[in-house]
Amino acid sequence: MPALWIRNARVIDPASRRDSVGDLFSLDGKIVPRLSAADRRRARKIDARGLVAAPGLVDIHVHFREPGQTQKETIATGSRAAAAGGFTTVVCMPNTAPAADNAGTIQFILDAVRRDSLVKVLPTGCITIGMKGENLAPIGSLKRAGVVAITDDGDCVQSNELMRRAIEYAKMFGLPVMDHCQDQSMTEGAVMNEGNVSIRLGLRGWPNAAEDLIVSRNVILSRYTGAHIHMQHISSALSVEIVRRAKADGVCVTAEATPHHIALTDEALATYDTNFKMNPPLRTEADRRALIVGLRDGTLDCISTDHAPHTDYEKDKEFDYAPNGIIGLETALAVVLEVLVRQSRFPLRKALDLMTRKPAGVLGLPAGTLASGAPADICIFDPDEAWTYDAKKGYSKSSNSPWNGRTLRGRVKTTIVDGRIVFPLAAS
Amino acid sequence: MTWTRRHLITIEELSLREIEQVHATASAFKSILKRSVKKVPALRGKTIVNLFLEPSTRTRMAFDMAAKRLSADVIAFDAASSSTTKGETLRDTAENIQALNADMIVIRHSAAGSPLYLSKILDIPVINAGDGAHEHPTQGLLDTFTMKEHLGPLKGRKVAILGDILFSRVARSNIYALTKMGAAVTLVGPSTLVPHGFTAIGAQVSHDLKSALADADVVMLLRIQHERQGHRHFPSLGEYTSMFGLNKTRASWLNPKAIIMHPGPINRGVEIDSELADGERSVILEQVSNGIAVRMAVLYLCAGNQPEQVISSTE
Repeated sequence: MPALWIRNARVIDPASRRDSVGDLFSLDGKIVPRLSAADRRRARKIDARGLVAAPGLVDIHVHFREPGQTQKETIATGSRAAAAGGFTTVVCMPNTAPAADNAGTIQFILDAVRRDSLVKVLPTGCITIGMKGENLAPIGSLKRAGVVAITDDGDCVQSNELMRRAIEYAKMFGLPVMDHCQDQSMTEGAVMNEGNVSIRLGLRGWPNAAEDLIVSRNVILSRYTGAHIHMQHISSALSVEIVRRAKADGVCVTAEATPHHIALTDEALATYDTNFKMNPPLRTEADRRALIVGLRDGTLDCISTDHAPHTDYEKDKEFDYAPNGIIGLETALAVVLEVLVRQSRFPLRKALDLMTRKPAGVLGLPAGTLASGAPADICIFDPDEAWTYDAKKGYSKSSNSPWNGRTLRGRVKTTIVDGRIVFPLAAS
Repeated sequence: MTWTRRHLITIEELSLREIEQVHATASAFKSILKRSVKKVPALRGKTIVNLFLEPSTRTRMAFDMAAKRLSADVIAFDAASSSTTKGETLRDTAENIQALNADMIVIRHSAAGSPLYLSKILDIPVINAGDGAHEHPTQGLLDTFTMKEHLGPLKGRKVAILGDILFSRVARSNIYALTKMGAAVTLVGPSTLVPHGFTAIGAQVSHDLKSALADADVVMLLRIQHERQGHRHFPSLGEYTSMFGLNKTRASWLNPKAIIMHPGPINRGVEIDSELADGERSVILEQVSNGIAVRMAVLYLCAGNQPEQVISSTE
């Protein structure tokens, strides 16, 4: 593998607090402080004048649908979407078909990753068998098979007793538990946020309280057991406040927000466009603002996309019948730059921290930094380039994006994994 | 002013002027319906498909009747025997109907937003005959038409809508129509079925029956859709009746000339005493009759005709 010499970039590494114009080097797949004269001569040179070179982005919440739902996405196509979006490490959810609740399925996923993936795809396993919320999955075997966390994402464990045992048990292996916070008894048939807009549209509402209750439950259980719970895609203002208080009390909880929840509100549903339907749903402007405040003050640890591909024919339905979820890997950076950097005046380094060092830190992944000796996972982007996103021409197998056809600002130019350019793909 | 709308999806998007145009056209058709020959050739040669994907008696029959009075050919699409039960999507069903050269689709669907969705897919006019808990625009138009017949202009009138508001498309369409026409709308019923959020679309919300009914010119009752709510929104039908059912005593709180309305189907003895439903203040069956004239007007206008044409032809 040739050495890499990235020249004249604005190098931003939140982990080492670096933000300066200069060069970045990689040798044998690792970041190195300098190259020898001989290596420099042989090095592949990338002119990055006017561009930002940051650690490869890290997304701890994606759905790659393999095995079982490969009409929506595969590890091959999902990893290409990740690379195109500047992501070099992603963590995929276990709600595949069959669910990833056993070591065999994890092995199947890891084999596919080794064979097909352009980026680092790390699997999670289920908390309960079949994500049914009844019996614990073989968490120890899942850990041995290589999962980085366990979660019943999409099917929040409803039993407090089972959740308590799951986190206690997983703690023994140092495995974080990720939870999609939803009290299902309050959301039967719900398809959007409960509020004035759901009243106007005549759609069943999913109240904030259903999220807040489980977030509170998780805080209480984490405090009781000392186990780490990561709250996925927080969408409600009160949930942000509950996590804030828990952290102030030293409780071991972390939380994430998605690009769509910080950018959009339930007003976007006025035309019943199913590309704005996801779970948890888009909420109100007050919630959206609270998420941004939470990201600013550290209550929310990171940005995750919840990249959830569905085919056109699955999404092209009556609003009630369309599946939840949108894709997000190829638009996340541009949306974060728009909402956090340009609208909310976050320093660029802070915004990138939420997509690199911090998500890696939530799950303890060796990623998200340009420190010397770290894997040479790099995202080079133009923070200002305007481009029009055509989801059909994207790399994901699906095109269910609320940003389809929109002009976005901030574009990934080159993505590097272990010192190898994975985006743009070589013509061959 | 000319009528330019091809679809009728919501009352929310109609202007006051458009509501009045429908009413004027309906009024002209109503006088035709009183003649011995009740048919006009307005839509001769046109085919209207009634795509009813949710059970309906009144609305379906009224649309059927309206189309036939206008000389259109009507095809009824029966959900139970159709391809939707074989897994065909709404898009495919609708595109097939259009490919069969239908000129207009009337859709009833349990999923809110379906008529709007169809109107974006198809080139032919789409008429909403009720979508989930969203809107039922022809019901709102016929209800306000009926109110006007009894009360004259609705500006300044007080209308109380009583019952299951949360799940009611009829309530929403009436709120929009009435507020545009200048009437004051008070929603009343148990707090679980009449959430405060309805104030955002221009109605008052009350849980006190006496003050809500006081001096009301109209009380509109809605069926308690107990089958939709399970047993969470209120304890029992008996308790509902005892707290909110309209009986003689409560009806005496209304303006003496007030009318009693109900879009049907009625649950006698639940939301309304049987006697009141049949009483002289009840206009429930007039609503049904007016449903034909109003739907004739809607079909006629959305097919591309102008209100003046029919109005002058009946003079």
